[in-house]
Amino acid sequence: MIRVQGLEKSYGDLAVLRGVDLDVAPGSIVALLGSNGAGKTTVLKILATLLKADAGTATIGGFDVATRPADVRETISLTGQFAAVDENLSGRENLVLVARLRHLKDAVAVADDLLARFDLTDAGARRVATYSGGMRRRLDIAMSLIGDPPVIFLDEPTTGLDPQSRQEVWTTVEALAERGTTILLTTQYLDEAERLADRIAILHGGRIIADGTLAELKRLFPPATVEYVEKQPTLEEIFLAIIGEAA
Amino acid sequence: MSTHSLNHTIADTTVLTGRSVRHITRSLDTIITTAVMPVAIMVLFVYVFGGAIDTGDAASVDYMLPGILLITIASGVTYTAVRLFTDMQSGIFERFQSMPVARSAALWAHVLTSLLANAVSLVIVVAVAVLMGFRTGAGPLAWLAVAGILALFTLGLTWLAVNAGLSAKSVDGASAFAYPLMFLPFISSAFVPTETMPAPVQAFAEHQPVTPIVNTIRSLFEQQPVGTDGWVAVAWCVAILVLAYALATATYRRKTA
Repeated sequence: MIRVQGLEKSYGDLAVLRGVDLDVAPGSIVALLGSNGAGKTTVLKILATLLKADAGTATIGGFDVATRPADVRETISLTGQFAAVDENLSGRENLVLVARLRHLKDAVAVADDLLARFDLTDAGARRVATYSGGMRRRLDIAMSLIGDPPVIFLDEPTTGLDPQSRQEVWTTVEALAERGTTILLTTQYLDEAERLADRIAILHGGRIIADGTLAELKRLFPPATVEYVEKQPTLEEIFLAIIGEAA
Repeated sequence: MSTHSLNHTIADTTVLTGRSVRHITRSLDTIITTAVMPVAIMVLFVYVFGGAIDTGDAASVDYMLPGILLITIASGVTYTAVRLFTDMQSGIFERFQSMPVARSAALWAHVLTSLLANAVSLVIVVAVAVLMGFRTGAGPLAWLAVAGILALFTLGLTWLAVNAGLSAKSVDGASAFAYPLMFLPFISSAFVPTETMPAPVQAFAEHQPVTPIVNTIRSLFEQQPVGTDGWVAVAWCVAILVLAYALATATYRRKTA
């Protein structure tokens, strides 16, 4: 579904991508893992037709991002690193706006359906400026689903969210994959990649240095040794147990 | 451009214009602030300095109004720069650009919104001027000409504002471009006749866009022949518009490649 070959991109003298190769199969979730500044966002922006690569090719659903950007835009949806919502509009108005821009017939019905799916019906008439971070992210993802694009890019979907909101986003992403959507997400959280991704690609030094399923990546390391460690609950487990929303 | 994509462009522009008009109707203070400053300057010039400025036969407010209208537009377009800058910053532009939305629609939406918002501000300022004693015998055709030249001036300054909004690094930077524009009327025929100025200042005043525009509007209000000032005024407006538009589209293409 997504095929990236030899992608290169520099900002001035700074070479961010030095030949990225990546394949994403239809209907799978691939996590692009990397530290801050590794170039994860740059890869997504090139795939989303927002940036031009210096070298290499990228195709989505068979369309080259450089030569067929209009077709690519019909195929994809990008949820950027910072929730791209309009604070001055209500949640419903944001959804209607995107539905109209995607030239859908029944924009209002589409909006109401998504508000219900994302548990935002009660907040639908309120201005987004009053939303919490988790609600914004949910609205942001809901806006990306309008028009049922077969490919969705999620750039650090849970950065800055509280544990509850993270769980909500994870559930959403899993539900999307079940409907057959191809998802490429970036993250710097190892547990997120482990939980969501069918395959994990590690971007480091401008290249993909490892790419495989979790089991395959584990095999790259020396065999597991058995140690006895007292199992302490993590702070996240404690937090979620106390507020009564354990995963 | 095929009919299909032209229809898309118009539809997308309409949707996005609706969005930014809604921004304004939800923060009416921006329109009011746009009108307050020029009204304050008008009050100052008419009631404080008015007696000391020789405006010939014309009443002070009749003489001052054309310049005040231009100041209104110069301060009004700063909001366009700020709104555009905010869109670029917030990531909502990136969302639109990764969608099958006509590229030019995002900019035209802000430009059309600017025309609309400035029209409302101008109506408010004219209404206050009428309360202060502004009277004109101008007929519908003359009013139409005044509206036309003001619209052309607004369009030119709005595209300048688009440049500022696209290339600014901060909100303050996005609005700073308008200060010199707001100052231009003071060194023109807007408030004092240019003959009273020292020669170098007079030379500047008579060769910058505000003077012919003010003279044209003033003649239209006074039902006098416009003369060559009309053509010079239109030429200035069109020149500003063409240059600013070309620069803005080039910047936009570079930023959103």
